[in-house]
Amino acid sequence: MYVIGERINGMFTDIGNAIAAKDKKPVQAMAEKQLAAGASALDINVGTRVPKADRAAVMQWLVETVREVTNKPLCVDTPALETMRVGVAAAAKGGLPVVINSTIGQQDKLEAFMALAHEFDASIIGLSIDEKGVAATCEEKLEIAMRTIAAAMEAGVDVEKVYLDPIVLPVNVNQTAPGIVLETIRQIKMLSDPAPHVVVGLSNLGQGALEKHLINRTFLVMAIGAGMDASIHDPLDEELTNAMVTAELLLNKSIYSDSYLKAYRQG
Amino acid sequence: MKMLEEAKGKWAGALNEVVIGATKEQGGTRTSTVTVGGEKTLPFLAYEGPTKNRPVVAMEILDRVPEDWPKPLTDALGDAVKSPAEWAKKCVDQFGADLICLKLQGTHPDFGNASPQAAAATVKSVLAAVGVPLIIWGSDHDEKDNEVLPRCSEAAKGEKCVIGAVKEDNYKTLVSFCLADGHSLIGLSPIDINIAKQVNILVSEMGFPLDRLVMYPTTGALGYGLEYAYSIQERSRIAALGGDKMMSMPVICMIGQEAWRAKEARASAEEAPGLGDENMRGVFWEIATASALLQAGSDIMVMRHPESVAAIKNVITKLTK
Repeated sequence: MYVIGERINGMFTDIGNAIAAKDKKPVQAMAEKQLAAGASALDINVGTRVPKADRAAVMQWLVETVREVTNKPLCVDTPALETMRVGVAAAAKGGLPVVINSTIGQQDKLEAFMALAHEFDASIIGLSIDEKGVAATCEEKLEIAMRTIAAAMEAGVDVEKVYLDPIVLPVNVNQTAPGIVLETIRQIKMLSDPAPHVVVGLSNLGQGALEKHLINRTFLVMAIGAGMDASIHDPLDEELTNAMVTAELLLNKSIYSDSYLKAYRQG
Repeated sequence: MKMLEEAKGKWAGALNEVVIGATKEQGGTRTSTVTVGGEKTLPFLAYEGPTKNRPVVAMEILDRVPEDWPKPLTDALGDAVKSPAEWAKKCVDQFGADLICLKLQGTHPDFGNASPQAAAATVKSVLAAVGVPLIIWGSDHDEKDNEVLPRCSEAAKGEKCVIGAVKEDNYKTLVSFCLADGHSLIGLSPIDINIAKQVNILVSEMGFPLDRLVMYPTTGALGYGLEYAYSIQERSRIAALGGDKMMSMPVICMIGQEAWRAKEARASAEEAPGLGDENMRGVFWEIATASALLQAGSDIMVMRHPESVAAIKNVITKLTK
């Protein structure tokens, strides 16, 4: 599983405060903790407390702060193209790996973000959202997925660098959506060979629910079973990580040993 | 050629590189060292990538006269088998062994019960007789190994030997000594990939570096479990190349020990008149077993007969050209 650690986000109080105080330490400590817990990449999001006009500069500071402690892929998380460009340029400096999080499936946005991905040899997450909003049905989500893949090929971005996000919504808002997402994952996996990567922003699912950790964990296992191979979530959630590692084990994606949970953390 | 290029495997991981032996400058007394592992592709697929370090051939010697070895084998080795030091020297000087694998079978309570001190003296005599690196095996008697191998580890301190074997239920004593004395370790698992991984995890949890571990997933000779050994080695190599750090250790195969245990290798012409020349059967059995396991991903081939050794070295040269 390609785990993108979600904790460097200004929406979390500790990181929000660190950004406000321009204090590197809590940010760098959080980066190192997530990587030690098995994260493959780190999401970087300045949050909404930062005024819009300052977001590009703050993104640059945040990316550079994290880059001081790791060469791992950084996942620049913003919907704004200009902020994205600044963040991606900082993260990709020296040829280091970077993920664009994210583009929506509206044609002009797709073209602009795919061009950026091509320019920086970046991976890119494509959401199943377009000018009409979040695609609600499996068919609509797949249509945007195909449009995204086509735009990537058009721009010269390797399909293996594209991560399709079918969008999970809070379960206490819409209870039919998770099943539709699972079906979409199965179908995306049949679109091409090798199949496109699938990612979700997992924590959105349990948002506001009393049993959010259990809900997220259960869905993660179901989605892995459906073919999902990447997830944006909190790698410090041990129960979540254990469930994920076990799901992959049961699918014969790793070799069993009595200490397989330890092996994941040591590897 | 286009088809071959398109069939290239893409691997995220690589095998650990293990350096065996230390020269004078490195704190030992070896005149040569051996490096195994480091591969980034399945074996011998030159179009995917080069063989980083070619598999090596160790020759197996015992600390006692091998009374139960078949005559064609002991005839080929000659009188040297009466002294471990002479035997080792002959393997290196005449038969071209890359390293020596000393099996301390004579320390086993049923095979002479030699003392830890006597075993340590044997280790020293072999180290003095040859310049190649040394693999030291106990007698596979857990309690006795825990007395014998620490003394051998101390006696060979700084020589960067490979010492074996540690098992899932007997590893702590030997890990501590090898850690302190700078040796590498062999992790033994009984044809069980899950236990192989478990042994690696347990040993590394004690702070033992992963690049000083070699796996012995047990060897099966042709006709006696070879296909099980092959599948396990192949699967573990694929896992290693896929990025499983707990499976990324080079593999040692006890080819001679297993091949010469086969009826087809041991039986005399009188006992088995239909099986062909008794002087060649065992040699062929050893060669067949070794050449198959090379393809599964093997790094250290421990062999017995000089002619099998020469043949397999030739095979390795051709495969890595």
